[in-house]
Parts: sequence; C-alpha cells; structure tokens
Amino acid sequence: MSEAEAATMSTSTDASEEHVEGQEHPISTYLWVWLLLFVLSVGSYMVDYIQLQGLLRWSLILIFMFLKAGFIIAIFMHMKWERLALSLAILLPPLVLLVFIGLMSSEANYTFLTRLTFFGGP
Amino acid sequence: MSNEIAVETGRSIDLVEGLPGIVSDWSSDQRAFKRVPWGKAMMWIFLLSDTFIFSCFLLSYMKVRMTTVVPWPNPSEVFALTIGGHHIPLVLIAIMTFILISSSGTMAMAVMFGYRKNKKVTGWLIILTALFGASFVGMQAFEWTKLIVEEGVRPWGNPMGAAQFGACFFMITGFHGFHVSIGVVFLVIMAVKVFRGSLDIGRPGLFTHRPGDYEEIEIMGLYWHFVDLVWVFIFAFFYLW
Repeated sequence: MSEAEAATMSTSTDASEEHVEGQEHPISTYLWVWLLLFVLSVGSYMVDYIQLQGLLRWSLILIFMFLKAGFIIAIFMHMKWERLALSLAILLPPLVLLVFIGLMSSEANYTFLTRLTFFGGP
Repeated sequence: MSNEIAVETGRSIDLVEGLPGIVSDWSSDQRAFKRVPWGKAMMWIFLLSDTFIFSCFLLSYMKVRMTTVVPWPNPSEVFALTIGGHHIPLVLIAIMTFILISSSGTMAMAVMFGYRKNKKVTGWLIILTALFGASFVGMQAFEWTKLIVEEGVRPWGNPMGAAQFGACFFMITGFHGFHVSIGVVFLVIMAVKVFRGSLDIGRPGLFTHRPGDYEEIEIMGLYWHFVDLVWVFIFAFFYLW
C-alpha cells in the first residue's frame, strides 16, 4: 500500500467514525420532545394545583413521571438509538430496585404497626 | 492496516442486530459496547451507579414517611409562595422544574450543533444551559433559606409535622443541588473548550491525555440530562406525593 493510499484511507475512516459513533438527529425531534416535556410538566403541576386526591392523584403523578423520564432517556440521552447490548446493560439493573422497594415497604409497615402498638397512635 | 482499524474501533465488522446482537456484542473481542465512544459507555455506568445512590435516598424517604405516626407536612403548602397577593401552591418548585427542562432542551441542542461543528452556537447553548443551571441552584438556595429561617425547618424537626421531613428534604435536594452545581462548573469548562476550538484540534482535557472530541459534549449532556431525570423523580415523590 502506497503512502498516498494509506492517507486517503485514514481520512475516510476518520470521517466515517464520526458518523457511526456520534448521534445525529434532526432538530425537529428535539424540539417536539422538549415541547412534550413542558406539556407533561404542566400536567403534573396541575395535579397538585387543582388538588386531585386519592388513587387518581397517585396514578397521574406516576404516569407523568414515567413518561417524562422515558422521553428524557430515550430521546435526549439517545438510548433509543443505542445498541441493545448497552441499553439493556444500563436499563435492566435498576429493576432490582423493585425488590428493594418491596423489602422497605414491608419493613415500614412493620415499624408503623409496632409504633402504633407501643407508643399509641395519633 | 484495515485489520488494525477493525480491531481498534469495531466498525469494519458487520454487527448483528436485535437480540442475537447482545450475544455477539458481549462475546466479541475488546469492546462489548459497540458504536459508542469509550467515555460515553463509562458515563452511562457512572449514571447507573448514581441511580442507585438517589434511589437509596428516595427509598429511605419512603420508609420514614410510611413509618411516622405524626402527619407529614403538606409540601403543597410548605412550598407555596404569595406573589402579588395571590397564594400559589408549589409555585417555586414548578418554576424550577421548567427551568431544568429548558436547560435539558438547550443541552440537547448543544450536542446536536456540536456534532455539526458549529462552535459559536454550541458554545452559547452550553452557556445558556449553565445559566439555567445556576438559576436553578439560586432558587434552591432561596427555598432553603425560606425553609430554615421563616419556617424553622431543621434536619431533626419542624413545627409542621413529622420530624423526619427536614432530614429527607435537605439530604435529597441537597445532593441533587450538588449535582447541578458540579454540572454547571463542567458546563463552563466545556464552553471554554468549545469556544477556543480545543475539540477541533483534539487538545486533551483536564484529567486525561486522551484527545478531546465533540463526543465530549454528548457525554457532558448525558450527565446533565440525568440531573434533570433525577429531578423528575424528586418532583413526583417528594413534592407532589
């Protein structure tokens, strides 16, 4: 391989590397998601502003929260376009937190009942 | 030569897509995370560990809130402000939420213009993101001052209800505010690097001898979006619940 050939090859790979490793998406994608995040935030604030209570309040809070989190991770953090090997390595481990939540809420119920029994309730 | 390139970057090999791609990526040579820069994979792993730290804080908050026999102070009232004679619940927190989301948007734009090598727009978008971040921290300082001085909230008690409220509040929002502050510092550093063209000439960064590139902005962006992401959960669980 001549030196000239080698030089051409290295410049062409440099250029292609940027295309493969960098994430490039149209500006409209970001603007739409940005707008959507604003709308969802207004929604979750309205839950408090109009003082919804009970199951409706909690379910709406969780729905808005997961939608916002999902759009931030998928679009702004480009997870939608990553290979499965990376996205699953990052997104699956937090699921063990569900076990943690289960353990802590069971423990909390026990502590609460113990306090009611021994210290008297409100 | 071409073989060497393939080993270095993992590009020249045809990658398997879909579920079989996981097996082939993880069982391949040298790199499990194909088509992402090394630093980006490492940032994701750091963010995963940070996820667990914030989860521990939020879970301990859940636990003390479930166990207390004294009523929990109503965040809607605690964080209400009277503006122009109107009593608006949670208004400061709502403004902070919108500021952080705006900053996430400008950061995403900065990453995009960075890959287009538009130094001027990228730099100013990063500065704008940093300003949003700084104003967020400023409002948080205002909120803390109001709570400590006017409402008498302390980590060990408060006049409004359950004693654990203060400890949870200062720990969770304090750690988040610390993340925002660190982010602002690094955004300013990144803006300087963009403006002086360090990323074009591959000048190494502060902590590394590796040459800089525009992928650094995307990695910085990951951190910044994560800070916004954590706020989404704090807003839902601490302020709205």
